[in-house]
Amino acid sequence: MNGVEQALMFGVDSGTAILLPSLGEMVGQRAGVINLGTEGCMLAGALSSFIVASETGSIATGVVAGLVAGMLCGLLHGWLTVRRGADQLASGLVVWFLALGVTSVFGSGYTDRIVTGLDPIAIPGLSKIPWAGPILFDHDILVYVGYALVPLTWYALWRTRIGLSVRAAGERPEVVATAGGRPQLIQMSAVAIGAGLSGIGGAQLSLSLGNWTNNMTAGYGFVAVAVVLFAAWRPLGVLAGSYLFGVALATASVLQAHGVGVNQYLLDAMPYLITLTALVLLARRGAQQAPEALVRALTHAA
Amino acid sequence: MPFPVSARVSRTTLAVVPLVAASLVLSACGSSSTKNVAAASSASGAKASTITTPKIAVGFLMVGSKKDYGYNEAVYDGSQAVAKDMPNVNVITADNVPESNAVTTAMDSMVSQGAKVIFASSYGYFQYAEKFAVAHPDVIVLHQGGFQKDAFPANFGTYWGQAFEPVSLGGMAAGGTTKTNKLGYVYAFPIPQTIANIDAFQLGAQAVNPKAQTYLVNTSSWCDPVKQSQAAAALLSQGVDVLTQHQDCQGTVINAAKKAGKYVVGYHYDAQSLDPSGWLTGSAWNWAPIYKKIIAAAAGGTFKGSPYNANWVGDFAHDDNPLTLASIGSSVSADLKAKITAEQTALKQPGASVFKGPIVCQDGTVLYAAGVTPTYDQINSINCLVKGVVGTLPKS
Repeated sequence: MNGVEQALMFGVDSGTAILLPSLGEMVGQRAGVINLGTEGCMLAGALSSFIVASETGSIATGVVAGLVAGMLCGLLHGWLTVRRGADQLASGLVVWFLALGVTSVFGSGYTDRIVTGLDPIAIPGLSKIPWAGPILFDHDILVYVGYALVPLTWYALWRTRIGLSVRAAGERPEVVATAGGRPQLIQMSAVAIGAGLSGIGGAQLSLSLGNWTNNMTAGYGFVAVAVVLFAAWRPLGVLAGSYLFGVALATASVLQAHGVGVNQYLLDAMPYLITLTALVLLARRGAQQAPEALVRALTHAA
Repeated sequence: MPFPVSARVSRTTLAVVPLVAASLVLSACGSSSTKNVAAASSASGAKASTITTPKIAVGFLMVGSKKDYGYNEAVYDGSQAVAKDMPNVNVITADNVPESNAVTTAMDSMVSQGAKVIFASSYGYFQYAEKFAVAHPDVIVLHQGGFQKDAFPANFGTYWGQAFEPVSLGGMAAGGTTKTNKLGYVYAFPIPQTIANIDAFQLGAQAVNPKAQTYLVNTSSWCDPVKQSQAAAALLSQGVDVLTQHQDCQGTVINAAKKAGKYVVGYHYDAQSLDPSGWLTGSAWNWAPIYKKIIAAAAGGTFKGSPYNANWVGDFAHDDNPLTLASIGSSVSADLKAKITAEQTALKQPGASVFKGPIVCQDGTVLYAAGVTPTYDQINSINCLVKGVVGTLPKS
């Protein structure tokens, strides 16, 4: 396996920990709620899944715990913003700080443990495809869940009635209410489901790395939020943005392991520079495509 | 209920601000604790190890979680040993203190709780610690791992150990065990102590295995598990079969080695229990002895002008190196174990050193000629990687 293949393969792995939260965050933003607490919901998912997996020995139960913790975290943000009308950015930061504090307290007893089990599963047949096979089809199960969720999310949002309601709640909640819908319920559900995916993203992190470390998300939850803007609220864009970030991260390690001399600081900044550049380039298009209710909530415009 | 639109926003924003503050406080509460230990230790009968001092409060600042199974937990363990063995010392700890103005705030808070001695344990605390010492002449501030070039204020000092001594022994364990002759080193930043550690690791490895080479990957972070796992994966797929690290948290790299069925040499904390079959050995901090000596000097009024009012560095030769050799795992052969133990004994002799000329840089330049032994200060200013290390230091 050469360096390019390594970077792509590791990029898919790390990209998944961004893809899952980012897809979830896209659902929430489509419903008109931005959740900067995504970082915190990932932490909640990472720790809950690690504790449960480590106590029960079951990875699957751990992943479910990560989902539940993420959803609870999302419900808190949803309650503050949708029910109580709190500022979305401020509430997201509160949720992040809260999750950071709570996980650092409850996680302190779990730093000296290792959990094994979320191991790569090579898909028979597909993993034998020359070149692309090992890069795409020799990963842990949550990576495949990420693959499946991209078309599923697209289908759910653009081809189902529920998806239409979600997008309508993100554009003109008043219209949904006039039509007899319950925009607040829709928004709460979208935020909770989105944060649930963040929880699974956190679970992918702690269970695939096999250990819990305080503040282990190290800012990747914020990257996930940025990727949604980068992707202009489109699932394929989210997929591309997440993996692009993952591959850029992996490139730094792979180049060094091959003894290639590069400017490390530039490499470290690269994923963020790429995201930033894309944001600037796409700003005009993005502004047009942004859900209306989200823009109103962020600009505080009537 | 109306929709969250503009009219309500300013009011609710105001309502959220105290919540932010409250949760900040909560996270701070979660990560700092005050312990009055006089009562706790008076019950224990271990009078032999207790040290009686005048009553004094002492603060410890940590950059990461006190339960990180690494650098910060070692500091915390040291502080708790102080609390246990020094009945008159009131130990105050604060962890998760970032390398920012938060350092000054945390130290202010400790002083307001009566702290007269403060241990600032992270490398990046240095400038804050020194400034704080100058501004508070009545508080003795100590920095862990820093190096003060200028004259010392009477209430400031740094302390550290010749970390590269046990690291070179770890290098021997790695070099003697590897089958591929490729060792992997995951480090954070190209700072002097890390460069010295990498060089010492390679020197130790090649002392028992001239073919051994050390491959480098840095993460630009003291603890970023995602980057650590990528670094480990990149190294392992290069054929590396022993991983080591200079990171604050070590679980991810150890688990990466364990999953791959490879070996690991730890740093900061003895983590043999995480991977009993893959664990070769490592370096583990034992801070308690030096903490106790410094506190005793401070409480007794003899700090000013003492060896601690300077750049104090412990080493094997004086039998006071705070960084010790961790337990040696079962995968290390008896023959290799004997070599490591013999070298450890040899390093305790006067004049012994890990760095003995000839020391040759990657590009072939001779840094120190045969027969020359660089001083500790010289070792700490080595800015080249020795021959046998594969990889380059980040260019700026």
